Amino acid sequence: MNKHLLSAGDLTAGDIRLVLDTAGHLAKLTDRAIKKVPTLRGRTVCNLFFEDSTRTRISFELAAKRLSADVINFTAKGSSVSKGESLKDTAITLEAMGVDAIVIRHPASGAPVRLANWVKAHVVNAGDGTHEHPTQALLDLYTMRQHFPSFDGLRVAIVGDVLHSRVARSNVLALKTMGAEVTLVAPPTLLPTSVDQWGVGVSYDLDAVLPKTDVVMMLRIQLERQSAGFFPSVREYARLYGLDARRLDAMPDSSIVMHPGPMNRGVEIAAEVADSIERSVIASQVSNGIHVRMGLLYLLLGGPAVTEPGRLPEEVPA
Amino acid sequence: MPTSRATPGSARPRWPEVIDPEPKPLLDAADVGRALTRIGHEIAERNKGTADVVLVGIHRRGVPLAARLAAKLTEIEGRPVPAGSLDVAMYRDDIGLRPPAATHDTSLPSDLNGKVVVLVDDVLFTGRTIRAALDALVDFGRPRAIQLAVLVDRGHRELPIRADYVGKNVPTSMAQDVQVQLTETDGADRVVITAGASMDASMEASA
Amino acid sequence: MKPILLKGGRLVDPASGHDAVADVLVRDGIVAEAGAGLDATGAEVVDCDRLVVSPGFADLHVHLREPGREDAETIETGSMAAALGGYTAVCPMPNTDPPADNAGVVEMVAARGREIGLVELFPVGAVTVARAGEQLAELGAMARSAAAVDTFSDDGNPIREARLLRRALEYARAFDAVIADHCEDHSLTEGAQMHEGELSGLLGLRGWPAAAEDMVVARDLMLAELTGGRLHLCHLSTAGAVELVRAAKARGVRVTAEAAPHHFTLTDAALASYDPVFKVNPPLRGKADVEAVRQGLADGTIDAIATDHAPHTREDKEVELAAAPPGMLGLQTALGLAITELVEPGWLTLPQAIERLTAGPARCRRLPGHGGPVTAGAPANLTVFDPAATWTVRGAELASRSRNTPFEGRELHGRVVHTILRGRPTVRDGQLVEAGS
Repeated sequence: MNKHLLSAGDLTAGDIRLVLDTAGHLAKLTDRAIKKVPTLRGRTVCNLFFEDSTRTRISFELAAKRLSADVINFTAKGSSVSKGESLKDTAITLEAMGVDAIVIRHPASGAPVRLANWVKAHVVNAGDGTHEHPTQALLDLYTMRQHFPSFDGLRVAIVGDVLHSRVARSNVLALKTMGAEVTLVAPPTLLPTSVDQWGVGVSYDLDAVLPKTDVVMMLRIQLERQSAGFFPSVREYARLYGLDARRLDAMPDSSIVMHPGPMNRGVEIAAEVADSIERSVIASQVSNGIHVRMGLLYLLLGGPAVTEPGRLPEEVPA
Repeated sequence: MPTSRATPGSARPRWPEVIDPEPKPLLDAADVGRALTRIGHEIAERNKGTADVVLVGIHRRGVPLAARLAAKLTEIEGRPVPAGSLDVAMYRDDIGLRPPAATHDTSLPSDLNGKVVVLVDDVLFTGRTIRAALDALVDFGRPRAIQLAVLVDRGHRELPIRADYVGKNVPTSMAQDVQVQLTETDGADRVVITAGASMDASMEASA
Repeated sequence: MKPILLKGGRLVDPASGHDAVADVLVRDGIVAEAGAGLDATGAEVVDCDRLVVSPGFADLHVHLREPGREDAETIETGSMAAALGGYTAVCPMPNTDPPADNAGVVEMVAARGREIGLVELFPVGAVTVARAGEQLAELGAMARSAAAVDTFSDDGNPIREARLLRRALEYARAFDAVIADHCEDHSLTEGAQMHEGELSGLLGLRGWPAAAEDMVVARDLMLAELTGGRLHLCHLSTAGAVELVRAAKARGVRVTAEAAPHHFTLTDAALASYDPVFKVNPPLRGKADVEAVRQGLADGTIDAIATDHAPHTREDKEVELAAAPPGMLGLQTALGLAITELVEPGWLTLPQAIERLTAGPARCRRLPGHGGPVTAGAPANLTVFDPAATWTVRGAELASRSRNTPFEGRELHGRVVHTILRGRPTVRDGQLVEAGS
């Protein structure tokens, strides 16, 4: 593992397996009466959220608390155009307080990269602008692993606003590291111009891709994108790229439906698909998120303190 | 009680000058089997049967040992004895002093309240693994009693911990390493002492 | 003051084609004589053995921030940086506060430059009032002012409306003035942080496509052709733009172009660190674009190296990328980069590189007394530099008030030793000369 988790590209296949395995073992904690272990006692994790996200923040908070770490929540309203000295000054303040890890969500791509230059703590990217959301990718892979024995050749379709999606970027990187076959499905306006260099399949036709898909991951479409001309109307978007019951039926019976949330029911995903007990794993993504974040925090903070970025010292096998 | 291992005609390796390239096993497969049988009987005797007895093996090699003991006890007493596994990585006292230990599955009968839990491990050394296991167990429930069964006790306790059931007491020096190999994990049953490099007085890695 | 004899240097004077060892005698503010084996009687001899003597460098495009942002740079600190960089003439851009869209501001800037006396300032006036792109500024008043403005630009802003650029090009003909455009189509670059390419997609940063620059270059060239006006294109950065200018020049269009050292040195790969020091408009581009800029400088498609020196305070730059203003320092690193990145790898010869710093700029606009030729009677604006000197760029050691150089820690070859402005040394042995000495 690296000291910081800034991008899913930082994780080797071995790292990903280790996080998923550890998460799997820690998931059992929820079955106990005392859902807590003393492992990270005395460590402090700071949730530094410059963007509203109750769901992710609580997930990290629970993960840290279940490991007996102390949690500080720092919610700041910092839009990407306001003077960001708040970020650097905040970093200096946290450093002075002696936190061990900073989990940062920020509207500007690259903010965690900059933060890591200014603090000695471990930095975990909880979503930066349109860049990455590595822990989301980890919990998505964990969820997939619950339903499929191997990533090798697993056919994953990521559908929607890939251009602006940090979830898509992180998932593409992590899935490729694990040998999965990824296809991106979106209107051309919502794909990055350089997507042909990403080493993934690209299609504008959802119906052609779905019958050959094991995992379909629907991305949230921001309705404001319509006014910027990325698609003509919500109706057309839903018609061409929405996952409804008919499209679900066209998929293999063993396939699963995922969504990072929050969902626009009726736009990118029909209510009956989201709620399908047999095929939708969206609810489990949320609980898996806590387990995966526990695994991650343990692997980052469970060792000796490190000052330099880079690979953490690894256990020499017995 | 530990049995002597002298083999007629073999030269005893002189410690520490000679490092035996092929360490003679302290216990061979038959010895291991006999030790486990004896421990099984002792558990049944001490607890007046196996009602309420739950065996919990500590990762890694405590787990197959617990399974074997459970099978033996089931045979001896004619009633099934549950066995589970316990991973203590989260409870270690050296978190932050060394890289994070790999985690393993913990799988216990969910209710330990009022039960007699017999922790099972392969080697008892500093006692820190057992201390972690006790803390872990307590977070699962409130057993009526916790007992400890180990295949080998090699001494050098750093905490006030003692085993209730011991396969073999083996005095060792800190520089030595006691390796328990089991068919389930290593392909064969045997216990060997090697002149290990570890001078580390903390918990053994495989615990 | 005593005459100065620059003795035994390699005199490279692109305006006259001279490239040979020669002495230069400077007296009473002018070049008294240039040639081999000059008589040193009564003169202070400056040994220029192994050094190059050239006309003083001229920078068509700098931001001195005064008036309005004196926290980032003043005319004084900017002049210091210019002199240390070997410049005897620089053209401050009008995006000050208040903007240089009237005679008063341009005269003030020019006068302040004279007062400080380290470099001659040729202020660029704004094309439109407040650079807002709506209404022509009083170009005539600025041209006829004491600042004798010869070039107008809304730099920082493109001239959005073709109709307005057409009017400006036509109107400026009355004063034989140049309209210099910053070529960017804002509707394609809204919110952009870096070049649009493979890396911007991976880094999650909105991109500035090359087409947004090329489109405007194409439009501007057509309007130059239509109006017969004098067009200058600022900071070209794309292969497409270079090619368009090359073709236009071949057709005889009256256009000149400049490129900045960062556009012939750095690529968009620098943005992987998300460090705002690398944020600039137009952005750092891809490898093919960098090579095209080098080729453009080599074959003369690009007439001048212009630094686009853009100081920004630490507070302004030490923020998230999206919040940071674009711009980099350039005055003190231009020579070193020209030698290290253009001459040494063989893209340009040394005389060609010097041409792009001297006679080239002087061809793009009026810079009386600057750019050469170094002949008897010419004003003595000279630079003496050591092409082999090795030095490491340290922001903290630069004279600028700001520190935002993207070349921090980089080793460069080529360093200014002496700079002479109208016969008076402003820099001796790499140090600024105190006023009055």
